[in-house]
Amino acid sequence: MRKESAAPAMAPFRLNAPGDLETLRNKIIESRDPNRPEIVVCHGNGCLASGAPKVAEAFKAALAETGINAKLMPGVKTTGCQGLCSKGPLVQIRPQGYFYERVQPKDALEIVEKSVMAGEPVERLMHKDPETGKPLYTEEEIPFYSLQERLVLRRIGKIDPTDISDAIAEGAYAGLAKALHSMTPEEVVREVEKSGLRGRGGAGFPTGRKWRSALSAIEKKGRPVYVVVNGDEGDPGAFMDGAIMEGDPHSVLEGLILGAYALGAEQGYLYVRAEYPVAIRHLEMAMAQAREYGLLGENILGTGFKFDARINRGAGAFVCGESTALFTSIEGKPGNPRPKYVRSVEEGLWGRPTVLNNVETWANIPLVLGRGGQWYASLGVPHSTGTKVFCLVGKVDNVGLVEVPMGTPMDRIVTDIGGGVSGGKPFKAVQTGGPSGGCLPYSLKDTPVDFDSLTKAGSMMGSGAMIVMDEHDCVVDLGRYFLKFLEEESCGKCLPCRLGLTRMREILDGFSRGEGSEADIADLTSLAEALKDGALCALGGSAPNPVLTTIRYFRDEYLAHVSDHKCPAGVCKHLIVYAIDPEKCTGCGACAKNCPVECVTGEKKEPHVIDAAACLRCGICKETCKFDAIFIE
Amino acid sequence: MSVCATAEIEDIIDRYPGRPEYLIFLLQDIQSSFGYISQESMRRVCDRTGVPLTRAYSVATFYQSFRLDPKGEHEIKVCLGTACHLKGGQRLVEDLERRLGVAAGETSGDMRFTLDTVNCLGACAISPVVVMDEEYYPNMTARKLEKQLKALNAADAAQAKEAGNA
Repeated sequence: MRKESAAPAMAPFRLNAPGDLETLRNKIIESRDPNRPEIVVCHGNGCLASGAPKVAEAFKAALAETGINAKLMPGVKTTGCQGLCSKGPLVQIRPQGYFYERVQPKDALEIVEKSVMAGEPVERLMHKDPETGKPLYTEEEIPFYSLQERLVLRRIGKIDPTDISDAIAEGAYAGLAKALHSMTPEEVVREVEKSGLRGRGGAGFPTGRKWRSALSAIEKKGRPVYVVVNGDEGDPGAFMDGAIMEGDPHSVLEGLILGAYALGAEQGYLYVRAEYPVAIRHLEMAMAQAREYGLLGENILGTGFKFDARINRGAGAFVCGESTALFTSIEGKPGNPRPKYVRSVEEGLWGRPTVLNNVETWANIPLVLGRGGQWYASLGVPHSTGTKVFCLVGKVDNVGLVEVPMGTPMDRIVTDIGGGVSGGKPFKAVQTGGPSGGCLPYSLKDTPVDFDSLTKAGSMMGSGAMIVMDEHDCVVDLGRYFLKFLEEESCGKCLPCRLGLTRMREILDGFSRGEGSEADIADLTSLAEALKDGALCALGGSAPNPVLTTIRYFRDEYLAHVSDHKCPAGVCKHLIVYAIDPEKCTGCGACAKNCPVECVTGEKKEPHVIDAAACLRCGICKETCKFDAIFIE
Repeated sequence: MSVCATAEIEDIIDRYPGRPEYLIFLLQDIQSSFGYISQESMRRVCDRTGVPLTRAYSVATFYQSFRLDPKGEHEIKVCLGTACHLKGGQRLVEDLERRLGVAAGETSGDMRFTLDTVNCLGACAISPVVVMDEEYYPNMTARKLEKQLKALNAADAAQAKEAGNA
């Protein structure tokens, strides 16, 4: 007979010694039947938005209908982001590991009858081999997963993030138990130094060195010292920190507790972006459960070590991802950065020594402690160790969360893992590092993706957004987009950023209208350099990167705008004209009916024409046409 | 301000200790209960936390998530993250501005619609994304938007009719 399920019904269990964790873990694993069928529905952001909750409901209904519900505990499990977001809603069936994509509520009954009850696959819902079209049964067979090295993401998509026993069964808090049992705080710091781990928030500052500086600051100023999680992931196009906090909140918490132990902190803060309500909820639940188990709060694991943390919700300000702005925000003030003559490890939150690390950095700490700094340093490349989680988005087939060792060539991520641009053409460029990063062309496709190689190419790692562009994306337009974004987000405290960004954007606005000259490109470059030197914080200092890299690699496209008054990608509104191909137009009139300014005319069943003078370039006609007769000149 | 609203403000005020560091917490809770921060509630928050009104105003206008005016009946948010931008998010904003007769960030004169943009919702796989009354609409197009707005108008009209009959 099957044993009783452990979670989440297991009574709170306070761990009174580091060794108790392993005992509890064994108990949880023993109480579970590895052959128990389980339906795992992804509830990551992408799948949630494409209807995963309705799919989960349909599975519950299907289980009730077939009458096998009683045998299945917990039956339907929801997890954080499983990674392949563009194919959601994703569903996995255990124990076989069948991987289903684009599952709709109507598919639930068939999956329950075939896969759950009879153990057979439903091939029509499986991922297909891009070359042979053959169905791929499990994650291990799908290149998107098999070419990755999922370490930070190892539990995400497997565990129920709202159930601590699920996380413990998969190894959560083992690093903490080990450190509290057999390591001094100094040894913990040394292990982090040995790992070579660098901050995942963007700048790539060595984490061990940061902690060491904090220790020297504490020697001078004494305690309290604070540990802070930067969860203010503001880069548009980046959602890995959100996915980690939502899918495995315990990994962040465990890292933070380890940091607190190493530095002797008693209070921590998690600053989380307000746009991530699920992350906030899951972190709150994780903290409450960790307190019950004796992993957070007074007398952690019975060792007398005391530490607690609280969550601060962001209120919508990109600049608060900057360390000093984040601290002033936690203090309840507008998030203005300050000059860093004194570094924040010495004078951070409330003027005290403070260690601020990004979400992904904290989530790496348990790995470093659990498996050793030496092991960690063997991953990746010499000066960029470990793995990095990327958000692969834009014009790529497999949009989603990708984790690879540092130093992996860009093309392997975009083409082999990401499936390349739809339609099989080479990508035009990849923007890494969000608004602070740069845009690398296809010719640099073999660039190893690590901190130093990206910087050398004029870009930066940033938080890990990787935006793939194809031939229909314009670099001038992208530059305008990022500048407009940063202009709105600039706090306005320093002049280079406040006025420089506006002026840069105005010059690009002109380019997008076909105005300007080559001399303006030179002016833009010199203004960009001035901003790099003169801005107070990293927001302004790194803001010119997208423009500078696109001028460096796509100069011809800039020249096409200013000299030929053309937008080769067909994006800049003032430089394009919508037209109708009379050969293809059937005269159905759908475009004319939908045009908001009624500028499409023609007789029924005769080719129509667009009045370019009246046209708004809204593109609705092109979107409407079923015969692909409308094109951009 | 109604007695009921005043009671709710007091209830929120009591959630946190009266120290300046809780200013943002209080404003956030008021914003999520009322959809905006009224003058009265801001004064109460200032009394509670000991923060001058000017500073609270500076905080409320610095952060994007705070509003000082009431929201419309329906809130439409268009994501303008990078992926959504590349896939035509800005065109959707322009389309909605035309249809609703408001600029992004504004509320229509009849208080029916508030149009907003957001920087990134982290749902890049289904870009461009539009959120209408908290519901996500993936891979949005101008035509789908039109349909959705029509459906919303029809539902409101039916509701108004029912209310009229009752």
